[in-house]
Parts: sequence; structure tokens; C-alpha cells
Amino acid sequence: MGSLFNQYTRRKLTDVLVRSACVAAAVVALVPLVSVLYYVTVRGIGGINLDFFTELPKPVGEAGGGMANAIVGTLKLVFLACVFGIPPGVLAGVYLAEFGHARFGKMVRFSADVMSGVPSITVGIFVYALVVLSTKQFSALAGGIALAILMLPTVTRTTEELLKLVPESLREAALGLGLPKWRATLRVMLRTAAPGIATGVMLAVARVAGETAPLLFTAFNNRFWSSGLNEPTASLPVNIYTYAVSPYEEWHRQAWAAALVLLLMVLLLNVSARLLVRSRVGAR
Amino acid sequence: MNPRPMSSKPTTKKASREGSASGEEASKARWDEVSVSTLVPKMRTEGLRAYFGQAEVLKGITLPIAEKQVTAVIGPSGCGKSTFVRCLNRMHEVVPGARATGQVLLDTQDIYHSEVDPVRVRRRVGMVFQKPNPFPTMSIRDNVLAGLRLNGERPDDPDAVVEKMLHRVALWDEVKDILGRAGTGLSGGQQQRLCIARSLALEPEVLLMDEPCSALDPIATARVEELIHELRKAYTIVIVTHNMQQAARVANFTAFFYLGKLIEHDRTDVIFTRPKEQRTEDYITGRFG
Repeated sequence: MGSLFNQYTRRKLTDVLVRSACVAAAVVALVPLVSVLYYVTVRGIGGINLDFFTELPKPVGEAGGGMANAIVGTLKLVFLACVFGIPPGVLAGVYLAEFGHARFGKMVRFSADVMSGVPSITVGIFVYALVVLSTKQFSALAGGIALAILMLPTVTRTTEELLKLVPESLREAALGLGLPKWRATLRVMLRTAAPGIATGVMLAVARVAGETAPLLFTAFNNRFWSSGLNEPTASLPVNIYTYAVSPYEEWHRQAWAAALVLLLMVLLLNVSARLLVRSRVGAR
Repeated sequence: MNPRPMSSKPTTKKASREGSASGEEASKARWDEVSVSTLVPKMRTEGLRAYFGQAEVLKGITLPIAEKQVTAVIGPSGCGKSTFVRCLNRMHEVVPGARATGQVLLDTQDIYHSEVDPVRVRRRVGMVFQKPNPFPTMSIRDNVLAGLRLNGERPDDPDAVVEKMLHRVALWDEVKDILGRAGTGLSGGQQQRLCIARSLALEPEVLLMDEPCSALDPIATARVEELIHELRKAYTIVIVTHNMQQAARVANFTAFFYLGKLIEHDRTDVIFTRPKEQRTEDYITGRFG
């Protein structure tokens, strides 16, 4: 009897110890995250005012001015990245999930996995060589393409994985109703996986929205509004970089403000992606 | 000399389920003259062989399927029952590496002819699966209409179609007030009847049921079996079942499969009371399988 009791006490002790270790690890993991949020908010909030969203940058030495062009530029680049990245990514994912058993499918899957590990600056150089050198100018187009290439593997693999999660019985139901395979894939499989795919896509978008390296020599930067897609385009991440390494106090303040705005944009994308999932679960 | 069996059924074990007693004797007399060799087939397989990769799972099945009758396919696991029905609407080949040879006649047309579109075949030969599989993104109403809508058809009066089909599967009264809710929110038995309604909305001529009750409780099973009794007035039905009592209850004809071969095919009452083959008798008496 005594020995049973002793073992139980010991097990309870182990439980407490291990559980405390887990909680401590979770806290340690949260520290950098929370401090980034806190620090960026504290340093950035002072630079945020209406001018920041509506004005162009002022020349060095003059106070005030904003980053309206960079905010619009980032939106423009992200939009282009979606246009170039999402359709091929989703279709490639459909291909992998539905027809990817053959050797070619394995090749595509492997390339996608390798691509998701390629450093973003490498993608920047690639697009520089491919687009910027051949069009002889930095442009929003080149920046959008660079971001799209970074998105592509995530979108592809997310789509594939989520399509594979759709029960096979639904495909059989659709085919059993006399649907051609393409309709079954599009109207049943893709439709059922759609909320999950949308979430994955939005997370991928959020990821590339903050990319700097691939934009440095594709979209480059611009102190003014860029009209159309064929001009150098300002973006928040590149502006943060430029302003942060400058020697001017006023610019530092604006870099923090830009960092905060970018953070909020990414946060917004993440939260809406999660809400999308929740509304899907709620519909059940 | 029309040997076509009426829509009466074998009376031996199922007399208690028969609605009216009048005419029972007459129909029984007529039924006793019916035999598999004289029935009018709606479908007929000729030397049907099916493969998964190199493995041959059906080894030359020749089997007529009587029109507007229920044919049960029984046999131990792995005997090829499910593969057989999946060959009847070309669903077998959907699985990678699966193929079939031989002939499957629907009326007089070979559905395995190289120019036949399998998609057209599946609209005439509907299928109900083991596990109820309503579309989770659709409401009850949209599930019923799914076959039509997803095929790009716009019924003139979709509400009428929904009501008619749900009445046909005896689900209308249970769901008429919740047609907008998700089909996956129903109970298992209701879901299965919804799936049957979904298949029937395409007005198929033949309905294949692959163990439609194996995921259902006894009460839901009884409802589906009642439904099968109703449906055979209008449809040719092939049902795969593991449950021999179920075959005895719902089927006019029963085919016994063993190791990919058709061992015996006859009227259900004959199979269950005086089978010709020793293996059939062993199986139905529970001596193996």
C-alpha cells in the first residue's frame, strides 16, 4: 500500500514539473512576439497621423509628409502578386491533388517544396534578370511577379493538401451523379475545400506583403506617385528599410510608423483569414 | 408466354411484410413459375472481368438483372460484390489502376463500348454508397437538386422536384421545414435517404446500392428497406449486402458471389430454401464467410 502511495506522489510531482516547463517555454516563445508588437506600436504610434496616409514624402530637412504612395504601392504590389500567383498556384494544387500520382506530379511537388525554401533575395535577382533587365526599368510589374513567385509554392501545396482532405466519398457521389470529372473537381471538391484554401492563400498573401528583399531591385522605390505598372513603385517594406538606415531623425520616426501600418495590414489579413474559417465552422 | 415477373415478390419468408393478403395465392402461383432463365433483363453482364492492377477480382460474371425487380448480391468480404455493382455504371474505373473487360448491356447497349460516355451511363444507372455522402456545402434542398444543377440543368420548378423526390424517399415530412439547413446535419438514416433522393432526381432507370444500410442503425435500416420495397415499382434495383436477412427481406433475386465468381443466381426464395450449390448453402447457413 505504502509503495503505491509513494509512486502516486512522485507522478504528481513529475506532472507539475513537466507542465511548468511547458508553460515556461510557451511564455518564452511569446516574449519576442509581444515585445515586437509592443515596441513597434510604442515607437510607431507617434508618427501616425492623417498626413502619413495622404501625403507624399517631403524632401529631407522638411518636417511632415507621409507615405501615401508607399501604402498604395504595397497594395498594388500585393494585388499584382495575387493576380499572378493565385490562379496558377490553385490550378497547380488541383493538378497535384487530382492527377499528381504520376512521375511528373512528384516532380512538380518536389519543385514546389524546394521553391518554398528559396531565399527571397534569390527570387529578387531572378526577376531582376528576367523582367527588369529585359524591360530596362524597375516596375510594379516586376515586383508583383517576384512576390507571386514567392507565394506560388505555398498556394500550390495548401490547395493540394486541402483538396486531399475532402473525403473521397464526395468525389464518388459527384461522379455517381453523372458529373464529368472536371465538374466534380470544380463544383464539389474545390467548392468543399474553398474556405480552407482561401485561408491558406490569405496567409501566403500576408507573408509576402512584408517582403523587402525581392522588391529592392524589382519594384525599387519612388519618392512620388507611380502611375501604371511600368514605373518604379514605392512600398512600405522598402521604405522602412530606406528610412531606417538614413541618418535623419524624422525619417526614423516615419520608418516606425510605416512598420506599424505594415504590421496592422498583415494582422488584418491574418485575422480575416481566421474569421473565414470560423464562419465556415459556424455554418455547420 | 410472357415470363416477365410481376411486381409481386417471393412469399416464403416475407409474407408478413406483404401489405394485402388478397391475391396472395394467385401471385404466389405466378411467382413460382418465374425462373432466372426466363426473366426479362434490364441489364446483363457477359463475361465481365474486373481488375485492380494485375489482380483479377471478377472472373467472368454473366448475370442478368431483372427489370423492376430487386436483385441482391451477397457473398463474403472480398468476393467482388462491390466491384461488380461499380462495373454496372462504370464507377469501377474511377479508381486508379482499375479496369474491366467483357460486356455490360443496358437494355441492348454495351456500356463498355469504346464510344459510350461513362458520364451518360451514370445518369441512367444511379448509385447509392455505403456511407451516406451528402454534399457538406449544400442545404438539404440543394442536395436533392445537386445532380441536376451541377450538370448545368435548370429544372422549371425546382421546388416541385425537391418535394417530389423527398416524398419518394419518405423524407419530406421530416425535413420540409428545414430544407435550408445543411444536409450533413441530418441523422445517418435521413442522410442516406437524402442521398437516394439525390440519385432519383436524375430519374435513373437502374439504382445501384452498395451496402446502403451498413452504416445505419436497425430502425434507419428498416426505413431504407421499406423504401426499397416502394422504389422497385419504378426502378430496377441492385443491392449489395452483407446481411443475408436483408437480402431475404428486400430482394426478388439473389446472386451469390464467391472469390470473384458467380456461384448461383436464382429467385431469393429458392436461394434461401433450396440452393443448388453446396457453397451457397454453406454460406447462407453460416458455415463459412
